[in-house]
Amino acid sequence: MLEGKSLACVRGERTLFSRLDFALGEGELLLVQGANGSGKTSLLRMVCGLLAPEFGEISWHGEAIASCRERYHADMVYFGHAPAVKEDLSAFENLDLACRLAGFPAGRDDVKGALGYLGLGHCLDLPARSLSQGQRRRVALARLLLTRARLWILDEPLTALDQAALHLVQSLLGEHLAKGGMVMLTTHQPVAVAGVVPKTLQLS
Amino acid sequence: MNAISALLRRELTLAMRRRGDALTALFFFVIVASLFPLGVGPDPKLLHLMGGGVVWVAALLAAMLSLGRLFAADHADGTLEQLILTPTSPVVWIAGKILAHWLVSGVPLILMAPVLGIQFGLSGAELAVLMWSLLLGTPALSLIGAIGAALTLGLRGGGVLVSLLVLPLYVPVLIFGAGAVDGAISGLGSEAHLSLLGGILILAFMLTPWAVAAALRISIE
Amino acid sequence: MSGFNLYKYSSPATFYVLAGRLIPWFYAAAALLGAAGLYVSFFLAPTDFQQGEAYRIIFIHVPAAWMSMFIYLAMAGWAALGLAFNTRLSFMMASALAPTGAMLTFVSLWTGALWGKPTWGAWWVWDARLTSELILFFLYLGFMALQAAIDDPRRADRAGALIALVGVVNVPIIYFSVKWWNTLHQGASVSLNTAPSMAAVMLAGMLVMALAVWMYAIAAALSRVRCIILERERNSQWVAQMLGAEPHPHPNLPLEGEGTNVEGI
Repeated sequence: MLEGKSLACVRGERTLFSRLDFALGEGELLLVQGANGSGKTSLLRMVCGLLAPEFGEISWHGEAIASCRERYHADMVYFGHAPAVKEDLSAFENLDLACRLAGFPAGRDDVKGALGYLGLGHCLDLPARSLSQGQRRRVALARLLLTRARLWILDEPLTALDQAALHLVQSLLGEHLAKGGMVMLTTHQPVAVAGVVPKTLQLS
Repeated sequence: MNAISALLRRELTLAMRRRGDALTALFFFVIVASLFPLGVGPDPKLLHLMGGGVVWVAALLAAMLSLGRLFAADHADGTLEQLILTPTSPVVWIAGKILAHWLVSGVPLILMAPVLGIQFGLSGAELAVLMWSLLLGTPALSLIGAIGAALTLGLRGGGVLVSLLVLPLYVPVLIFGAGAVDGAISGLGSEAHLSLLGGILILAFMLTPWAVAAALRISIE
Repeated sequence: MSGFNLYKYSSPATFYVLAGRLIPWFYAAAALLGAAGLYVSFFLAPTDFQQGEAYRIIFIHVPAAWMSMFIYLAMAGWAALGLAFNTRLSFMMASALAPTGAMLTFVSLWTGALWGKPTWGAWWVWDARLTSELILFFLYLGFMALQAAIDDPRRADRAGALIALVGVVNVPIIYFSVKWWNTLHQGASVSLNTAPSMAAVMLAGMLVMALAVWMYAIAAALSRVRCIILERERNSQWVAQMLGAEPHPHPNLPLEGEGTNVEGI
């Protein structure tokens, strides 16, 4: 269970939000909404532990995330603006190493299977440099298939994806939620996950 | 441990695919050292006396030049955020990254140094001391420099700023490194210098990963 | 909590007023002590039989050098406090001290050169102390350049604090290495260590001058920290009230009461 209490975020001299509360339980999807510059990305980075809140506290199963960092990060996966895909490595190497670094080594076949599922089966060994923007984001999203993390924090996961990939990601979200996972995400596109009514968090 | 070997493998693979970057710093090292005789004249006696210091100053500058590669690319493509979010302790993976950086940018300097030493007329024993001093000193340069690299992530004019932050901190390494070679040349012995250099390396190894971890947190916010 | 409340003074708003009251006193003390110290050093202290009148520059040189080192320590102390307790005022104090420290380092280098010419026959010698002082000057410049390069005040504060701490750990190592290097390369040169034993009047002059520099440094740092507070808090209500103006219509003005939360320790 992820909880945020009276969070405040100040960037430079601007107070983006203050006194923000949210809670996210098992099987729940939390949509963070708001205009550009309202602090959606800052909130997600705060929830990850990348950004210290100016005020307030975020807790994971009742414990402040700063004091249970290792356990929290082992249980969490973050998908940010930059896809963390190295241009000089192939799609396979990128995903393989990303999983190893995050501490959930996956077998060769699992990695290949995940890339295949996201429609990258034919360019496993191409350097990521030759992939399109959308394809790179798919490489990064393929982590979601392999991770065992219960909490997914996704910042604009649907940008630059085609229709087919959109459906894949949405069904991926559905499976994860059905297993009792938690998802916090921002998007400018409508998200429809079968059988789940998303909670929303509006930033003004 | 698994994560660290994966990180090392990734860093080395990336360096192999971008050999040009490491080679550029190496050529810079060679060129800077070769400019000194052109500046001060070809007198062999003078050059012999200066040799250790010149090679060391050139190594210092080359090490500083390669600091930009340590975190900047990972910062730009989001890998750095992912690294911070791994369950592994930051101190551990930071030490791993610095080790990889030293293997790619420090070790070539050590291997190239004897060639430059010969240009300055250093004898075999003096060359050996030069290599020893670089072997102990260049990892310390990578460690100390990492703090500057982490603090200046994503800033305008980061490269020049790094030199302003890091070069004063390099002074002890330079003094003991070049001093070791001077000791060998003058016959005073270089053990004391090398031990002090080793001491600095141990101290830097114990302290800098913590400072770098703090610096990265500050820069990434 | 009753009685004296330390946390109250760690709030920029309270400290701004307090500093404003203290500054004139420190400047006055600096002026009085400076006048007294200069009188003692230039009129009462005897002429040195070896160095003649030129030695009198040390009455400025030595206090400036002492203070330049002490300010770096103080800066690192404030930086450590700021990082440990997340108090904004500590960071502001650290940045306010840096220019004064750099200025005094420069003064000590300059007066060192002025003294060196008649004494050693050269404007600059690679004496261990002068070299360390030069490196200290570079450390100050690095701190200020780093803070100037960062736009976000929070990051600037913390990055500066970290480099100040790294610097303070390094200063003894640097000093030791430079001393080592100097003794190996120069042997027994004229060094500041071997200054002839000082007459009591000379010592008194030096101490009074040191106090004057101390007072000046405090006054200058406090004035600067007031400017930094105003600049950082220009959109807050207390600044608007103090300046007797309507609060600046800013869409992202912090909510009422939040100032104290954010402030807090």
